[in-house]
Amino acid sequence: MKIRSADALESIRREALKALSVREAANSSVLESASGLDKGTPHMEILCCGGTGCKASESSKIVDNFNQALAAHGIADKVKVIVPGCFGFCEKGPIVKIVPDNTFYTSVRPEDVEEIVVSHIIGGERVERLLYTDPGSGSHISDSKHMNFYRKQLRIALRNCGFIDPENILDYIARDGYKALADSLQRDSLEVLADIKASGLRGRGGAGFPTGVKWEIARKFNAPHKYVVCNADEGDPGAFMDRSIMEGDPNSVIEAMMICGYCINANHGLIYIRAEYPLAVHRLQVAIAQAREYGLLGDNILGTDFCFDIEIRYGAGAFVCGEETALIHSMEGKRGEPTLKPPFPAEAGYFGNPTNVNNVETLANVPVILTKGPAWFSSIGTEKSKGTKVFALAGKINNVGLIEVPMGTTLREIIYDIGGGVKNGKKFKAVQTGGPSGGCLTEKHLDIPIDYESLAAAGSMMGSGGMIVMDEDDCMVSVAKFFLEFTVGESCGKCTPCRIGNKRMLEILDRITDGRGTMEDIDKLENLAKVIKDTALCGLGQTSPNPVLSTLSNFREEYEEHVKDHVCRAHKCKALLTYAIDPVLCKGCSACARGCPADAITGEVRKPFSINPDKCIRCGMCISRCKFGAIKVY
Amino acid sequence: MENMINLLIDKRPVSVPKGTTVLDAAASIGINIPALCHMDLKGTCVKSSPAACRICVVEIEGRRNLAPSCATMVTEGMVVSTNSARVVRARKTVAELILSDHPNDCLTCPKCNHCELQQLVTRFNIREMPYKGEQSERKKEVTAAITRNMDKCILCRRCESMCNSVQTVGVLGAVKRGFETTIAPTFDRMFSETDCTYCGQCVAVCPTGALTERDNTDRLLEDLNNPDKIVIAQPAPAVRVALGEEFGMEPGTIVTGKLAASLRALGFDYVFDTDFGADLTIMEEGAEILHRLKAFLGGDKNVKLPIMTSCCPAWVNFYEHNYPDLLEYPSSAKSPAQMFGAIAKTYWAQKMGIPREKLVVVSVMPCLAKKFECEREEFKVDGNPDVDYSISTRELARLIKRSNIDWNKLPDEDFDKPLGESSGAAAIFGATGGVMEAALRTVYEVYTGKTLPRIEFTQVRGLDGIKEAEIDLNGFKLKVCVAHTLGNARILMDKLRAGELPYHVVEVMACPGGCIDGGGQPYHHGNVDIIKARAKAIYAEDSGKPIRKSHENPDIQKLYKEFLGEPLSERSHQLLHTHYFDKSIK
Amino acid sequence: MSEFKLSCEAAREVEEICEKFHNDPGELISILHETQSKLGYLPEPVQRIIARKLSIAPQKVYGVVTFYSFFTMTPKGRIPISVCLGTACYVRGADKLLEEFKRVLGIDVGETTPDGKFSLDCLRCVGACGLAPVATIGDKVYGRLNPSDIKKIVAEYAD
Ligand SMILES: Cc1cc2nc3c(=O)[nH]c(=O)nc-3n(C[C@H](O)[C@H](O)[C@H](O)COP(=O)(O)O)c2cc1C
Ligand code: SF4
Ligand code: SF4
Ligand code: SF4
Ligand code: SF4
Ligand code: SF4
Ligand code: SF4
Ligand code: SF4
Ligand code: SF4
Ligand code: FES
Ligand code: FES
Ligand code: FES
Repeated sequence: MKIRSADALESIRREALKALSVREAANSSVLESASGLDKGTPHMEILCCGGTGCKASESSKIVDNFNQALAAHGIADKVKVIVPGCFGFCEKGPIVKIVPDNTFYTSVRPEDVEEIVVSHIIGGERVERLLYTDPGSGSHISDSKHMNFYRKQLRIALRNCGFIDPENILDYIARDGYKALADSLQRDSLEVLADIKASGLRGRGGAGFPTGVKWEIARKFNAPHKYVVCNADEGDPGAFMDRSIMEGDPNSVIEAMMICGYCINANHGLIYIRAEYPLAVHRLQVAIAQAREYGLLGDNILGTDFCFDIEIRYGAGAFVCGEETALIHSMEGKRGEPTLKPPFPAEAGYFGNPTNVNNVETLANVPVILTKGPAWFSSIGTEKSKGTKVFALAGKINNVGLIEVPMGTTLREIIYDIGGGVKNGKKFKAVQTGGPSGGCLTEKHLDIPIDYESLAAAGSMMGSGGMIVMDEDDCMVSVAKFFLEFTVGESCGKCTPCRIGNKRMLEILDRITDGRGTMEDIDKLENLAKVIKDTALCGLGQTSPNPVLSTLSNFREEYEEHVKDHVCRAHKCKALLTYAIDPVLCKGCSACARGCPADAITGEVRKPFSINPDKCIRCGMCISRCKFGAIKVY
Repeated sequence: MENMINLLIDKRPVSVPKGTTVLDAAASIGINIPALCHMDLKGTCVKSSPAACRICVVEIEGRRNLAPSCATMVTEGMVVSTNSARVVRARKTVAELILSDHPNDCLTCPKCNHCELQQLVTRFNIREMPYKGEQSERKKEVTAAITRNMDKCILCRRCESMCNSVQTVGVLGAVKRGFETTIAPTFDRMFSETDCTYCGQCVAVCPTGALTERDNTDRLLEDLNNPDKIVIAQPAPAVRVALGEEFGMEPGTIVTGKLAASLRALGFDYVFDTDFGADLTIMEEGAEILHRLKAFLGGDKNVKLPIMTSCCPAWVNFYEHNYPDLLEYPSSAKSPAQMFGAIAKTYWAQKMGIPREKLVVVSVMPCLAKKFECEREEFKVDGNPDVDYSISTRELARLIKRSNIDWNKLPDEDFDKPLGESSGAAAIFGATGGVMEAALRTVYEVYTGKTLPRIEFTQVRGLDGIKEAEIDLNGFKLKVCVAHTLGNARILMDKLRAGELPYHVVEVMACPGGCIDGGGQPYHHGNVDIIKARAKAIYAEDSGKPIRKSHENPDIQKLYKEFLGEPLSERSHQLLHTHYFDKSIK
Repeated sequence: MSEFKLSCEAAREVEEICEKFHNDPGELISILHETQSKLGYLPEPVQRIIARKLSIAPQKVYGVVTFYSFFTMTPKGRIPISVCLGTACYVRGADKLLEEFKRVLGIDVGETTPDGKFSLDCLRCVGACGLAPVATIGDKVYGRLNPSDIKKIVAEYAD
């Protein structure tokens, strides 16, 4: 069924909203007591997270079980099972949410389903043990709105994730989907563009370039074929916000690409997505097919002259293909090697045609900006960074997951309020933002309000939004090495500084963590880092030394300890560890000696054993074998 | 002027046309920014500018990073510093990084003294290797024509540009990524198992010792010192306009006399000239052209036109690999060097009473494909090749130096007779369009029976990729076309395959500019003026010759009278013509 | 030319994939994806067919195949195992997980067990960082792994 006008869209929206009414109502109210069919609730919905995290913990099985149980109890017509995208709280997944009473169940197992159906859906009694326990008070929290994890969040880009069925375009339409497009098509495209500019939206792909300005530039280049590219490569290891948006709200990306196309006079859309994201690919395919079916993609959209269609292109495991020129080459079927800018893609992009590249999250913001107005958007955030930012919060933190906060929120609020603090009561050491291009910030940076400028000033960057928390057990030299290993593996190899320079930096770090480093090595590291930043061809090389530079500036003493004292305070660097037996605690049971693969432990039974440090390969086997805790590492 | 851009480089004002690179703008005021990967033979299709090595970086006010001057275009008001402490440090560090993944065995490197990396290192005053580390393990290979030692590759990607953008052969290119990136032939196989044409253009542009010619000098020295061998030399037309460069002479200096003298001084028993073979080629190819034209004009529908020249062995390899369906179009005439060999080892050897096995024919060529050509089975008699092997211009220069010959003191000498006599038509074989022009001089006169009013066909001269001309042969409009580089050849062949090639005669030379820029010539290091100077010299050599048409060469006339009969005779066919093979890789 | 002989059906299949993408060289990566998912890997003859169909030099296909870590020219195990070495997994001990997989399987990263059953690789973030450390076995994602779980999990795949 094709939608041929804005009015037709509006009437479809009103119709679709009915199906969403239960959820919408629950969204705007707080019901203290649970509802149930027996308590007279006529219709209920079970939202079963279909994000990748929860799917990995058998959420599909949970969905199946629910459907079976509902059928078995003969209530399938009254209770609907919906599979939305990620709720963000992946740490506690699989998540199951019950509406209208908004009950938020965490860590649900497939075998819990029957109990939920019987006790809650039918009986109206919550299954207490599956509720989230507040780590502070220790009490159960039933409604997610009361959870600290959600309280400080503001979900704009993620507005539909965890709420709508991403495989049903009507759900999207019900929530004002494609309204921004319909409105835009009634307006002069310059006006629409002006709104985007006025909103202050900046690119969420890393560099933070003003989106409206970018569109304006792309608009200037006239050509018969122009392209809108959605950069869904998301190569940052440990970041998954773009993926979640595509899994949870694919239509928002499609709508935004069309609006962009309208503004810059482009009719072709391309989404470049990692092949490792099968679910996101599937959801996009479904969404594109549905949009075509409804005439929202194709020719004469909503009865206007505007035509637009979208194709999906796949990455094949190359981080550098997130860089826009490399991405374009990859879409052309070539090696993903970046080329010098200028010319920028806006001038000569896909097969030499003017091309506008935007990130997924950037695009996801576009429709709301237009429906709610640029003033609303620019009222959120800081002076220079407007709106919100999605972060993938991970690492040594209690609440791992996907969060969206207004720009200007402090790291402390994110880590302690939303993230629930460092895991296992360990001491906070650093937070890494910006992925392999970013840096490690410390305690002293916790109170800076995050936006593009302040993060950069602190020696890190916004990047795509990975945020990894580290505790006292993390060795900062090893962390720098980890990121450099990544860049060395992902360098395209085209330019000298990145291809050879990063390799040499990595070798120096290897030496340092192996206890073979010298103070001169630290100087060389610094020189290389500066030169690579200064001379590399593309953003990958230009930012690859950041993790090293930031750890050198914030944790220099750790480097020096490794070099001078041969000590790794986090006990991470194997070569620097010394295993020794405490003769007082040792009972002489010989268990350690029998397990040592290097025959490094000798002794007489019932007398203290000892470790020959020259033979010890630091495998740690002995520690796990000693029942008396006599073996220590230094 | 309107399209001029004004900027400051090292505090000096410069005004250059829009679209100029910072590198070129600096060069225009005598600031020589070091560059390594960048190469631009202006006025030809040869360009490679990946901005990959980062040696040429400069500081531009207002920019966060240093910018590669080779690929950064000037903008109005730009303020550039090419020598700030920051730039100097970065440049040196980048060079040190290159060295950290390099064998650094200059002393025994074939590129020593001609290596662009070596020059930079000297220039940057690098006195130690601060960044030692793992060296990438890469392939080595010696083929009939090319030696590959990828350990020395700095990934400038020039060869890739040549093999792909210029030659469209697509054999060499980058594989893998990151530190493991290397330049490799298709599926990392040996060149011999690929479509490589041995055009040698990758070698011609490689700044380092990664790609060099297959060296035959030791073999030659052995033969020269073997009393049982009669060794004869045949240098190609393009050698005499380039060899002088190796001894510090101005590009474009004609050194024919010294060339003959040096070969004699090296100990060659006879010093002949491939130009003789070139004249012979014109006789045979010209006759073939006339033969096909007559058939065509006589209404023969099956005649294959255009006829295409076949004296460039890289071009022959190219069509054997890529156009096995069109093998009937090229002329069946062998290359001048092979014609020379065949005549030397029959006609001349018989005359002199020298048994074939005693005779060693060595060609001195601007070309690497000729090395491969010598090894073709069809050019051997009982395993004994017509041309035993080939050395390049560069190898000859090395031999001269090695054999204690003082180039400057060499007298001018003549080639030996009879296989040393040649016409001006033969001389111009070395430049693109030359074979065509030479052929036209003969074809015109033989066809029309008239003497050419003006002997030069300037329409087919110059560095345009594809040139065309129309020649009036008694009212019949002969349409000819000249292409150089295999990329341009591909355009023609694809048209031919589609039945859309409207010419009667086509000349193809694989190297840009023709043999003057062959893979065996002294390195031009990206300076197109050198190639132009060589071309100019070639045409000067022609105009200085008393005889300028092949059919007027008296020794050629004598050869036909005494031995071959006439062009396209049975004996000619046997000795001077060949056939082609389907060598496409399935 | 090559040691490996391709069955006629497989060759036909590769050609059909190319045709499905209109023999468009711009679609090379999609074609390689689909071909690899059909055949499991991209041996030389397959790349030659693709090059011929798309009218590009085989070297170009080879250059692309060797650039992207997703493509392989050697057959993977029937059950491919990938350990996530993304940052979130790394800080939660993915390196130890990897060591254990290597130990249990007796192979190094990028290798396949001699019986052709398992192959071991690394990847960077499957997007299940909440469950870090994570590994994938076949299509299944395993989260919150402990080195001590590995033996048991691998044993689940015993025939
Ligand atoms: C090495 C490298 C990797 C990148 N990876 C991504 C990525 O995965 N996703 C993304 O959206 N942008 C990435 N970018 C940034 C893009 O080049 C580009 O700036 C961005 O897609 C523009 O969109 P935006 O203006 O909406 O941010 C990367 C840049 C570099 C240098
Ligand atoms: S910086 Fe690295 S990734 Fe970028 S072009 Fe250079 S080598 Fe390739
Ligand atoms: S750490 Fe390993 S090698 Fe060292 S003593 Fe213990 S068991 Fe032996
Ligand atoms: S296992 Fe522990 S108690 Fe037993 S011998 Fe070893 S160190 Fe001593
Ligand atoms: S390639 Fe150049 S720098 Fe390298 S060893 Fe040879 S001469 Fe020396
Ligand atoms: S330059 Fe130096 S290393 Fe080379 S030969 Fe002379 S003295 Fe020896
Ligand atoms: S010799 Fe010619 S065809 Fe062969 S690899 Fe070099 S450039 Fe390519
Ligand atoms: S082989 Fe020579 S020309 Fe080719 S990339 Fe390497 S150094 Fe450059
Ligand atoms: S153009 Fe001349 S130098 Fe070049 S390959 Fe052909 S014959 Fe050899
Ligand atoms: S995947 Fe279910 S909450 Fe994130
Ligand atoms: S010469 Fe400019 S980057 Fe290589
Ligand atoms: S880092 Fe391992 S799943 Fe994201």
